[in-house]
Amino acid sequence: MNEMNEVRKPPVATTGIIGWFRINLFFNWTNSLITLFVIYCLYQFIPWILDWTIFSADFKYNYLGEQITNQEMCSRNLDPENGGACWAVIYVRFYQFIYGFYPKVEVWRVNIAYAMLALALLPLLYAKLPYRKYFLYFTYIFPVIAYFLLNGGLGFTEVSTNKWGGLLVTLVLGCTGIALAFPIGIMLALGRRSKLPVISMMCTLFIEFIRGVPLITLLFFGMVMLPLFLPEGIDMDGLVRVLVAVTLFQSAYMAEVIRGGLQAIPPGQYEAAKSLGMSYWRMNLLIILPQAIRISIPPIVNTSIGLFKDTTLVIIVGILDLLGIGRGTLADTNWLGLSYEIYFFVSLVFFIFTFGMSRYSLYLEKKLKTGINMGAD
Amino acid sequence: MSEESIISLKNVNKWFGDFHVLQDVNLEVKKKERIVVCGPSGSGKSTMIRCINRLEEHQEGSIVVDGIELTGNLKNIDNVRKEVGMVFQQFNLFPHLSVKENITLAPIWVKKMPKAEAEELAMRQLEIVKIPEQANKYPGQLSGGQQQRVAIARSLAMNPNIMLFDEPTSALDPEMIKEVLDVMVDLANGGMTMIVVTHEMGFAKTVADRMVFMDEGKIVEEASPDKFFNNPESDRTKLFLSQILHQ
Repeated sequence: MNEMNEVRKPPVATTGIIGWFRINLFFNWTNSLITLFVIYCLYQFIPWILDWTIFSADFKYNYLGEQITNQEMCSRNLDPENGGACWAVIYVRFYQFIYGFYPKVEVWRVNIAYAMLALALLPLLYAKLPYRKYFLYFTYIFPVIAYFLLNGGLGFTEVSTNKWGGLLVTLVLGCTGIALAFPIGIMLALGRRSKLPVISMMCTLFIEFIRGVPLITLLFFGMVMLPLFLPEGIDMDGLVRVLVAVTLFQSAYMAEVIRGGLQAIPPGQYEAAKSLGMSYWRMNLLIILPQAIRISIPPIVNTSIGLFKDTTLVIIVGILDLLGIGRGTLADTNWLGLSYEIYFFVSLVFFIFTFGMSRYSLYLEKKLKTGINMGAD
Repeated sequence: MSEESIISLKNVNKWFGDFHVLQDVNLEVKKKERIVVCGPSGSGKSTMIRCINRLEEHQEGSIVVDGIELTGNLKNIDNVRKEVGMVFQQFNLFPHLSVKENITLAPIWVKKMPKAEAEELAMRQLEIVKIPEQANKYPGQLSGGQQQRVAIARSLAMNPNIMLFDEPTSALDPEMIKEVLDVMVDLANGGMTMIVVTHEMGFAKTVADRMVFMDEGKIVEEASPDKFFNNPESDRTKLFLSQILHQ
């Protein structure tokens, strides 16, 4: 009897590390060949890229021990056989990459703004943060603080936005665009589905027009045409004009993404909310939107990542974001020919931010789905 | 309209496109009366009760609920919906909220009840439908019968004078039908005005004060359960009963 009650274990070869290797990497001949080929490719590539980016690379000094101040001093230009990447260009131009042409005396303000941005994101990233409610209040007022801090006013010296650049501009455009486009997109999506024909038509027209026009065109539009619509004497800041264009563009996309989520909500949810006496706004805020947004998290993050990368297009209207500073550096005779290093660095910075957004979306999906059988009756 | 009528439908007509779904429907419901509506699918019975809390709009005739006439007036609609609770075939619980939150949501936001009081109320309603232990679960974790009982509790939490049931047991597995019907019988015995669209003839015989039989958008027969089941007047009713009771 005892033997019969013993739990039978699965065959050894299908579990544990060996089992995993067998099932996933060496399942049959084709599978094994592909595995070996990929291992060979990685063997060729990984040592080379590590050598180029780290082991043979110059960071501040070249292989002669001199501090690098221009491209001629890079090891790879002095001795093409030996040298790797010449990161000194990033080291020397680091200030510009991060702050643009922000005056050095005032740069502490940007640093504080960066730190505050991290603090503002904290309650969004960790739902279990103690005193999360108070941190959230800070998140809401952060944009106002950041505005005065970066731009000036309230006792701070004014720093014109044409001195802003690099990561600062990328973050300002990306964060503001994403943060503003979200509520505007929700309103547009609700408006497009509205039963009132005038509202529905206006929202549809707006979405279709903005979505049908390339972002570059909108940027030119913002730069050249927007001032014409403003009353005389009011001069709109260049960065603000670009920001308006970026926000409009993003909100049209966001609206369509959220509309997709709204369409997935069964009509029974509306009926149940109405039968409990809820008004249109309560029904949408408490019942419909929380579910619709939950469904739309992957596409919302997708368009947000898209926008974050599209901010590089502002170079076309003369605003120097991270990529713009990189291209500016390349045009400097001191650093001619270091395009690998600069584009690698710019890509890496963008990747860190977009990968972070992508992981955040996965975390949100996991967190919000616990215990909820979405789409159930 | 008699003094005691709490719901009064007069010559109600409604079309879906060209389809004439309600044709001159007249119905008077007195306070504390329990009406069971039956009829073949597509006969307009669901549409009729959905007109009573304005989930559907009627195009001709008048509907008066508790002295309030249903017109385009939004305030009237809101007031009627506060008087009338509704339970759906597909439960329609809010899947992103826990059972307790499903019940407290409307009292807190529509009736402006303090949170603690609303939670106490929710627990009392869950006792009535006999599942207080499920308060912190999500709808997706409950069986169909439990979900429907939560839906009933959610409606009752708004303290309605009238309850509408739209085929409340049609989406349930057979062994769960009884637990929902038991709750509805308790409610009927407590003196609630009820209009129930259902094919559960056993339930109808136990609680109904009056049977209403609908076919092709018209009320074909209205009678006491005794007369309806034993001695129906119309041939259409006889045919329907012979089919439904034969199962």
